[in-house]
Amino acid sequence: MSSLTIRNIFKNFGTVEVLKGIDIEAKTGEFVALVGPSGCGKSTLLAMIAGLESVSRGEIYIGDRLVNSVAPKDRDIAMVFQSYALYPTMTVRENMLFGMQSRGVPKAEQVAAIERVSSFLQIQALLNRKPGQLSGGQRQRVAMGRALVRDPQLFLFDEPLSNLDAKLRVEMRTEIKKLHSRVGKTTVYVTHDQVEAMTLASRIAVMHQGSVQQFDEPQTVYDRPANMFVAGFMGSPAMNFIPADLVADGNKTAVSFKAADGSMVKLALYNGAGDKAPGRRVILGIRPEHLFRFNDDLKAQKPGIATLTAPVELVEPTGAETMAVMRVGDLEVLGRFDPDGAPRTGENITLGVDMAHACIFDPETQRLI
Amino acid sequence: MADMAVANVATFDAEAAGARRRWVAGRVVIYAILVLFSLVYLMPLVVVILNSFRDLPEINHNGLIAWPRSFSFDSWFQAWGSYCVGGTCQGVKGNFFNSLAMTIPATIISTALGAINGYILSKWKFKGSDILFGCMMLGVFIPGQLALMPWAYLLGKIHLTNSVYGLILIHCVQGVSFTTLFCRNFYVNIPDDLIKAARIDGAGFWRILWKIILPISPPILIVTVIWQFTGIWNEFLFGVIFTSGTQQPITAALVALGSGGLTVHAYNVASAAVLIGALPPLLVYFLGGKYFVRGLTQGAIK
Amino acid sequence: MTQSIAGTGVPVTSRASWREKLAAATPFIVLVPSLVATLIYVFLFTAWTIYISLTKSAMFPVATFQGPKAYFDLWANARWNIAYNNLFLFSIFYVLGAMGVGLLLAILIDQRVRAESMWRTIFLYPLAVSFVVTGTVWGWLYSPDSGIQMLVRSLGWSNFNFALTTSKDTAIYAIIITGIWQSSGFAMALLLAGLRAVDPDIIKAAQIDGAGPFRTYTRVILPTIAPIFIAVMVVLLQFAIKTFDLVVALTAGGPGLSTTFPALYVYDMMFQRGQIAQGAAAAMMILAALAVVLVPYSLWLVWRRRREASNG
Repeated sequence: MSSLTIRNIFKNFGTVEVLKGIDIEAKTGEFVALVGPSGCGKSTLLAMIAGLESVSRGEIYIGDRLVNSVAPKDRDIAMVFQSYALYPTMTVRENMLFGMQSRGVPKAEQVAAIERVSSFLQIQALLNRKPGQLSGGQRQRVAMGRALVRDPQLFLFDEPLSNLDAKLRVEMRTEIKKLHSRVGKTTVYVTHDQVEAMTLASRIAVMHQGSVQQFDEPQTVYDRPANMFVAGFMGSPAMNFIPADLVADGNKTAVSFKAADGSMVKLALYNGAGDKAPGRRVILGIRPEHLFRFNDDLKAQKPGIATLTAPVELVEPTGAETMAVMRVGDLEVLGRFDPDGAPRTGENITLGVDMAHACIFDPETQRLI
Repeated sequence: MADMAVANVATFDAEAAGARRRWVAGRVVIYAILVLFSLVYLMPLVVVILNSFRDLPEINHNGLIAWPRSFSFDSWFQAWGSYCVGGTCQGVKGNFFNSLAMTIPATIISTALGAINGYILSKWKFKGSDILFGCMMLGVFIPGQLALMPWAYLLGKIHLTNSVYGLILIHCVQGVSFTTLFCRNFYVNIPDDLIKAARIDGAGFWRILWKIILPISPPILIVTVIWQFTGIWNEFLFGVIFTSGTQQPITAALVALGSGGLTVHAYNVASAAVLIGALPPLLVYFLGGKYFVRGLTQGAIK
Repeated sequence: MTQSIAGTGVPVTSRASWREKLAAATPFIVLVPSLVATLIYVFLFTAWTIYISLTKSAMFPVATFQGPKAYFDLWANARWNIAYNNLFLFSIFYVLGAMGVGLLLAILIDQRVRAESMWRTIFLYPLAVSFVVTGTVWGWLYSPDSGIQMLVRSLGWSNFNFALTTSKDTAIYAIIITGIWQSSGFAMALLLAGLRAVDPDIIKAAQIDGAGPFRTYTRVILPTIAPIFIAVMVVLLQFAIKTFDLVVALTAGGPGLSTTFPALYVYDMMFQRGQIAQGAAAAMMILAALAVVLVPYSLWLVWRRRREASNG
């Protein structure tokens, strides 16, 4: 069992620089997710880890071995592709055997490996079928079986759930998580779906335009995003961004912005954030689930609550919760509320804003202050 | 792409020593084989072109495949206007124009009919239209030999034997199956919703054809025209049977000229004549190259 | 045929005006001329030829029925035997040769070579050339005193023999070689398109699995494009069965009868020897050969499509 180290990786395609200095690592047994929008370079990075793309600059270590010029087959890795890439003219068994045959693994070992993996994944019944005769979920499992049979040091997943319908995606996501906890191999998982990244990974690398924006545990990335990109990308519905000024409020600092009715609102920053000096423009980031209908009990439960009044323009009940679009100054702000006591359209609601979970960003650098 | 994957291995293999040498060697072999085959493919064409500019005594002396040591345009003039072929000594210009007169109308008519039929069979289906389409498609596979006697009889009855018009008729009827198949497979991919929206707007059969179908048809029409032109121009069997002498298309004239290739004759004039006969489709090919290939991959794999 | 506003399935009631009925029927009416012409061409002509093959027709069609005698005469005829033996031989070598060369060229071009469209143009141009032209020119190249043989001998290999068309035993090979020259570009174009359509992830998976280029091609890529091989083979077989122009231009069926083909036999019987019934019988044999190739292929295509649809 080994770890993966990626040091100062750069990648150009001709004159286009696709990866600009990537530094991440995965400890043994860890599940690292590379998440980001299309074009951020995550698939390219995965291909480089696999050895399918060359390295322009930098080093990749699998375990202690520098693998920059090592062929994919010698890197002791296994990969699951978005389209599963099962060999269509071979049966499931042959698919799983193909790699072992190419490497000259003795017959007895081959048979044993197939036995082991197919019972592990419950695919014994499918061994003689061809990929065309399998359902999406079955194909997913066979693709993982093909990877498991290699017993590699490193598992690579390239958006394996993107081709499935929503319900199947949730099921298979859980399967992958269970698989990882049973098998315990170091895994690098590429996805554009931040929910997948959040639920599966022990650490997330959020990528954008060729560089890693933040590399940390999921909850940290969610609660303390390093910059506005991460803040807006992670979490759905997205974080609300309100341009404001830092002003003094008694002996504390507060953010100040215009409300819908034109009056200036001040929300006191909560612990630790209070040492930011007033007098600059900032952007306040607050997630929809941190907006509540204000009542006095709330203040006792959540010490960081500040109040704000806003008219409710639109209400979208989803059953489990009710989303409300409210107006703050010239902006629309989204909130998530319990269906009981949810805002009503046209109501001028008094909100409790949980400033303990608020994020303050610098407008120019877009980074978290 | 397969090429990209192999090349990727190649690119990064090249970073390890020794592997680079193997990769370069591989490239050399690949290009060497391609060049070798290219020579084999181009050789006949080059030989014919060169020979059409050489003097006959020089060809007889140095052989057909030799660097030209003479140069003249004479053979071209002879081939065009004065060489004796099939009984008359007027060169092949008459035959060339016969081919033109046969191919152009037949191409246009069969393509136009194919487009309209394809439009009908894909967008205006009626009960039994699929079966009828299947029957029409059989026309693509019928060997010409089955039609020889019937056409002989038919052309005799309508007095079109030994005439370019007879050939036009034959090629139109026989070509419609192919052009219909081609166009229909193309039009099937146009969303039906487009037609429905037009019908809601009040458009009828002709208006939809004119305003919606034709404007997006150029790709398939070009492919069909190219394919038909080449096929009809190059056709031999019907040309040689149903016309004779001065009425023959150029393919038949060339056979009369070449007469099996075993007898000694004017290679230079014959080369020029062959080029005259081969040039129109070749030009179409070189100008419309990618459409040619598109037609292949779309149509040949039915 | 129930009248409906075609394409929508909405029926036109009988109380609709004649104008509406005309509009509903327009597509069918426009189709009719081509339809009739094609149906006559496909069914009537075939039926007629069958009919003639069963009569005593010699120089001219006559109505005297003689049953399948013409077919028996046909199969007893030595010349016909040569013809279909030639066809058999030619088909095998021509199809395998064209596919082999085509596959080689396709794989080479697929290796991300430069100037790809130039190579493709060079290998495909024979397709634009008539078989007549090809046959004529290659006929000259096969000439013993001025063609390829002469050239190679003058370079020193005095025993080189390439005058294939001069000998009864080798003339068929001249036709085969020329046929391969003409059609391998076609096979190449289709196979290249097939190679390009292979899912690149499968190739990457094979790389990770440790398969070298040879193994990747033979066990992964080529099996995946097997349907294209079959399609190309079917088309080439059709060309082979209908071979006429090439042979007439290259050898005129000779020397002697050594390169006669079924299509030439039909032409000979019908227009040179005044044996129309036998010619028609031979034409039916050609149709039968085509059917043997095409019917199983079509059925296989339909079966495959159904199976893919049910697998989802």
